[in-house]
This record gives sequence, C-alpha cells and structure tokens, in this order.
Amino acid sequence: MEKKKTKNIKKNPFSLHINIDKFAPATAEEKAQQEVMREQVSFFKDGINRLKKNKIAMICFFVIIAIVLMAIFVPMFYPYKYNQMLGVKPGVSVDPTYSNLKPFQYGETEKTLIDDGEFVFPHLFGTDEHGRDYFIRVIYGTRISLFVGFFASIIVLIIGLIYGSISGYAGGKADLIMMRIVDLIYSLPDMLIIILLSVIIRNSDLKLTGIFARLGPNMMGIFTVFGLLYWVTMARLIRGQILSVKNEDFVLAARSIGASPTRIIRKHLLPNCISVIIISTALQIPAAIFTESFLSFLGLGVEIPMPSLGSLAAHALDGVISYTYRLVIPAIAISLIVLSLNLFGDGLRDAFDPKLKN
Amino acid sequence: MDSKFAGYLLKRILLALATILFVITVTFFLMHTVPGGPFLGEKAISPDVQRALEEKYGLDKPLIMQYFTYLGDLFRLDFGWSLKQRGMTVLDLILNGFAESAKIGGLAALIAVILGITLGSIAAVRRNKIYDKSIMVVSTAFVAVPGFVIGTFLLLIFYISVPKLLGIPAPWGYLFPIMTLSFYPMAYITRLTRSSMLDVLGQDYIRTARSKGVDRKKVIFKHALKNALIPVLTYIGPMLAYILTGSLVVEKIFNVPGISRAFINSITNRDYPLIMGTTVFLATLIVLMNLITDILYRIVDPRIDFS
Repeated sequence: MEKKKTKNIKKNPFSLHINIDKFAPATAEEKAQQEVMREQVSFFKDGINRLKKNKIAMICFFVIIAIVLMAIFVPMFYPYKYNQMLGVKPGVSVDPTYSNLKPFQYGETEKTLIDDGEFVFPHLFGTDEHGRDYFIRVIYGTRISLFVGFFASIIVLIIGLIYGSISGYAGGKADLIMMRIVDLIYSLPDMLIIILLSVIIRNSDLKLTGIFARLGPNMMGIFTVFGLLYWVTMARLIRGQILSVKNEDFVLAARSIGASPTRIIRKHLLPNCISVIIISTALQIPAAIFTESFLSFLGLGVEIPMPSLGSLAAHALDGVISYTYRLVIPAIAISLIVLSLNLFGDGLRDAFDPKLKN
Repeated sequence: MDSKFAGYLLKRILLALATILFVITVTFFLMHTVPGGPFLGEKAISPDVQRALEEKYGLDKPLIMQYFTYLGDLFRLDFGWSLKQRGMTVLDLILNGFAESAKIGGLAALIAVILGITLGSIAAVRRNKIYDKSIMVVSTAFVAVPGFVIGTFLLLIFYISVPKLLGIPAPWGYLFPIMTLSFYPMAYITRLTRSSMLDVLGQDYIRTARSKGVDRKKVIFKHALKNALIPVLTYIGPMLAYILTGSLVVEKIFNVPGISRAFINSITNRDYPLIMGTTVFLATLIVLMNLITDILYRIVDPRIDFS
C-alpha cells in the first residue's frame, strides 16, 4: 500500500526528507476515517442521556414533578380552603359535626345535602380539630416546603456564586480575608442562630407585606439565615472550581484582549463550573426542606393558620392515638419529597460530574 | 510537631475564639434590639420598682457597658440569674439540662459511630451483594427521613404497645431518644464508610498486601479500615452539631428535661439571660468539637497540607 501511494513521487537522492510517504495525498479510505460517525453530543445532552439511563433518578424525577404539579394545581380546583373551618358559618352557631372527621366522613349539613342527591366533595383525609379539610392542608404544607426549599437554594446560589467567584478570581489578600470570613460563618451553629433570628424578627417592629406577611416572621428568619449562613458551602465550592480553571490559557487570552474581570467570570469561568453549581443547588433544596420542617415541628416555622408539613406533624402529636393517619400522612409526604430530591440530586451528580461519584 | 503544624494550630484556635466572641456579641446585641424588656409581665409594676430592678440587674447603664460587664461575667463563668425560674442561676439550669442531654447525645453518637462503621465496612466488603444492597437501601432511606418522623413513629409503635418504657428517669426511657438521635448519623456514617472503604480497597497497596498472601481479615481491618476511617473522622464534628440540634426535637417528643428544651422554653418565656447562656454554651460546645476534630484530622492524616 505504501508503495502504491508513493508511485508518482520520486525521491530525490539528495533530499534530506526522511519519509516522503508523509506527504502523499490521502486515499479515500483514509479520508473516510476523519468523518464523524456519531452525531456530536453537547455536554448537556450527554449528561441528560446518562441521567435518562439512571432508573432510580428518573423515577424520583417523575415523583418530584407529580408532587410539584399537585402542590400548584390542586388548590385551584379543590372546593375547600386550607384555612376554611367548615363548621363555621357567619350568623350560625358553630357546627361541631365537622371537627375531627375521619377520612370520607361528612358533616351534618353535608349529609343532608347528600340525601338530597347533591354531590359533595369527600374529605379525602378527613378534617382536623377545627373542621378544616386535612387533604388541602397537607397539599398547602407541601407547597410551603417546596417554596422554602426552592427559594432558599436560590438565595444560597446567588450569594455563594458572587462571593465565591470574586474570592477565587481576585486571589491574594482579598481571597484570604474573604475566606477567613467564610471560615468564621461556617463554624457558627446554624440552628441556634435560626431560632434566635426568628425570635428577633418576630418581636421587632419590622412590617411585613404581601407573601412575606402570610409566611410570617419565622419564615423570614429562615430565609435570612439561609442568606446569611448557608451560602458558605456554596461559596467555598465555587471558589475551588474557579481556582482550578482561572489559570487556563483561554482566561489569559481573554484577559489579553482586554476583557473585564466581570466578563471573564461570567462568560469564561462560571460556564466551566456549571455542573458543580447545578448539582450542589439541587442537593441544597432537600436540605432546606429538612430545616424548614424541623423548625415548623418545633413551632418556629410558618404562622398559623398556614400549614406546613412539619407543623402538621407536630399538631398531630397531640391526638396521635386516635388520629394516627394525621401524623403518618405529612410524615410520609416529607420523607418522600426529601428522599426523591436527594436521589435525583445524586443522579444529577453521577450524570454531570462522574468524578464526584463515591 | 513542626512549626507549620504549630502555626495551623494557632490559627484554628484563634478562629475558634473569634467565632465564640462573634456569637456572644451577635446574640447580646440582637437580644437587646428586641422591643419589650424582661420585666414586662402580666402584672404591671410601678416605675419605681422597675427602676430599682433595672439598677439591680445593671440594665440602666449604657448598652456597651452592659456588654463588657457581661463579657467579664462570662469569663468568670457567671451567666447571671434566670428571670423566670426564680432563685436559679443560668449556669445551674444549663448544667442540669446538659447532664441529661449529654447522656442521650453521647450514647447516640457512640452507637452511630460503632454501628455505622461496621455496617459501612460490611457493605463495602460485600459490594453489590445482598448485604450491601439492603444496607444501602436502608441507609439511603434513613438519611431522607427527618428525625422528628423517626421519633414520633418510635413513640407511636413502642410506647403504645409497651407503655412501661415511658418516662425518662427509668433507664428504659432513654432507649428511644437515643435510637431516634442515632439513626441519621448512623446512616450517614454507613454511607461515608462504604464509599471511602471502596476507595481504599481499590488502591495498589491493598492489592500488594493481598498478593503477598496477607490474611483477608488482616487486610480489611489493618490495612484498609484504618485509612478508610479518616473521612469518617471529619464527620464527627458535624455529627455532634446534628445531635445537639436533633436533641431539640427528641427532647420535645420524649419530654426529656435537657438543655435543648431549656433553650426552647427560654425563648418562649423570653428569659433573656437563659437565652444568652444556652446559646453561648451550645455554640462554644459546637465550635470546640469542630476544633478538636479538625486538629485530629490533621494529626491522623499527615498528607494534608497545613497551608
């Protein structure tokens, strides 16, 4: 084969070229080797393909989607409200038959309606001691949990991202000081500070409006603490990532043509850390939900009458022998949410950053 | 120890002191921003009495003076008097509560570490076998279940069927609080030990030891486990912090008269000296634990860079 190729090239006896074959035109066969047989896959597609093969992660993903959809849409169609005491009507004395209904039981006036042939939506999980439909309360509690988890991790993400990338990119003394602050915050006992802050926000004259007023001062305390304390892990992680890529040639190239530090961080450094950012944000959500339910259980969570899965479980403790299901339902809901978010986060990590596995 | 290590030690100790001082300062000034004084009770007191009380507790002085007085008192371990539980010093209340909490927390930590390491090693050695799979399923589930869920279910299942086990002064009463507290760290340590054990078992020196014909048990216990436990050591600090906060829930569920309950009660009662005292005490405890584990970690693993 070699011979064939070089047939029409004569080797000059005085030439210093060692191997003239290297300059022969490629055959069609060789050219075909250069062709890309497989479709080129981007980083994201590759990761998503790997994620799709992970059965456990996919099941968890669908469970999360189902829970989120239920938390968003069920309250729109459900005939009862989370704070609606069914036995209480203006101008009429309180109807005690609505309190503490077991699942699929009906109150006195509803029974007469059913006897008249009308359709009354069943109380799927019964009602609580104030005659509020328990199913919608659980759904609302789920909503609160997801809301807290999502927003807390957004707060953590934003602060950690900015702080970590500045510290990592600046380096030197700025980095040293910023990291000492991180060390200090890292060793603060978070739960104590959360509890203290929620007490202080509750007792201060701060006026809360809109959604914040409905969530109450304890929730504000939780968010504040997430903003103040929990970003440090994220900041450390991102700083480490930035440090590992900031000395690459493409950063030097960008700097040499006059790109500003902001632009370099935004356009060149952060995209290289995206997998770590996504993964740790995803794993932050269940951690935040855990914290919220814990605080609500201690009575330091959302304000009554707003329910949360933790506070529902705490209230259920009082009548636990007669109404065991009232404890079991929120407990299962919260475990399911945290478990599936955790497993999905693990799946994301395996798919997008196989180096981190194990 | 070389000078590098001494420098590291000094830096860590200074940071720990700074953290404790920071907690004291923040708590102190935050407490004083809260409107309403400690003497605002159901019964209104006359201005004269209030003035006398404020004078007695030093509340009439400027805030910054009060802060330094408090710091000085703390230095002499004087946490002041409880405002709601008359005749009790804060230190007494803290120590009484801590005695109970430490019993439960200490045993829970011990059980979590022993069982976690054992289960994790079994899982790693029997990788992908039925033991491994079942241990991993259970520990993954336990990591996702909040402590209060485990606690209430234990309460539900066992206390109702065996009410004899109820009540804290009896030795049996400690069983379920300890179980509740130890489940999460145990599951976490199991996962940690398994993954670090797998990592170590894949290393060359293990293969060398095996190929030399070293006894299998000896390879696992002496060569592998020793090194695999280093990451577990780093978890001890966070674990104690978890157990401390977890005891907030456990003490509520099982009605344990511990320090966490004292903390929660002090907040609902607005017993300011007690809030300050418990916060400072618990924060110091956590910071010290973290300090000790950090230093231990560096001593155990000489490969780590001190800079």
